[in-house]
Amino acid sequence: MIYSLLVLSSPVSGQGAQTAAAFAQAVLAAGHTIRRVFFFDAGCYAGADLAVFPQDETDRLGPWVELAEQQQVELVLCISSAIRRGQLDATEASRHEKPCASIHPAFTLSGLGELVDATAHSDRLVTFGG
Amino acid sequence: MTDAGRNTLIVIRHTPYGSSLARAALDAAMAMAAFEQAIDILFLGDGVLHLMPDQDGAAIGVNNVSKLLASLPLYDIDSVYVDAASAAKYRLATSDTPIAGQFLDQAQIQQLLSRNDHLLGF
Repeated sequence: MIYSLLVLSSPVSGQGAQTAAAFAQAVLAAGHTIRRVFFFDAGCYAGADLAVFPQDETDRLGPWVELAEQQQVELVLCISSAIRRGQLDATEASRHEKPCASIHPAFTLSGLGELVDATAHSDRLVTFGG
Repeated sequence: MTDAGRNTLIVIRHTPYGSSLARAALDAAMAMAAFEQAIDILFLGDGVLHLMPDQDGAAIGVNNVSKLLASLPLYDIDSVYVDAASAAKYRLATSDTPIAGQFLDQAQIQQLLSRNDHLLGF
């Protein structure tokens, strides 16, 4: 079965974003495929490469990077949600004359069309947060 | 990108001015419609506050949600559903809403949720 995930909740508030990453691992482990994970609204903080978590808390970024690098899961941050939250890739940082990129390279910035495509081409779309 | 036969329901459960989530839901609805996906919208629970008459966002420096809602028919989003029990709780009358919506009772909401292929919950 083809799954897509819509992540709305921030990784620093509540459990939604961490549950989404764990769900993605479980989906793949069960032999299904993931077309895309789309991060929207506060969910876009998932890509924050400059966030620093206390050592006694679980890593929020690592599980996503692992999914992207080891399982080739596509991670897309909604560009309009992301840039207003200071989540920029190198291109956007340069375009808006900001000092540096702030998202991890495992994530890409794109428009809502990616959510539309994910919805149209997945058997299940699962929303986390909201 | 159209996928004929699939219908998506956007469920709006949060208040219009309490967070950015409400605007995100409407942006998603308009994007879906712009790509010619079949979508409907359900205002559920506190989400029915989107439909309150005489909204004025200027005092808190945000745009009026009701103007955005009134533009939904231009995007061919015609089916707007409203949780009747919550509307009654907030004393929201059918004639007050900025966009015409169909008021549904609990059983009708259950039918609506089960007949859609995808639910996007905001």
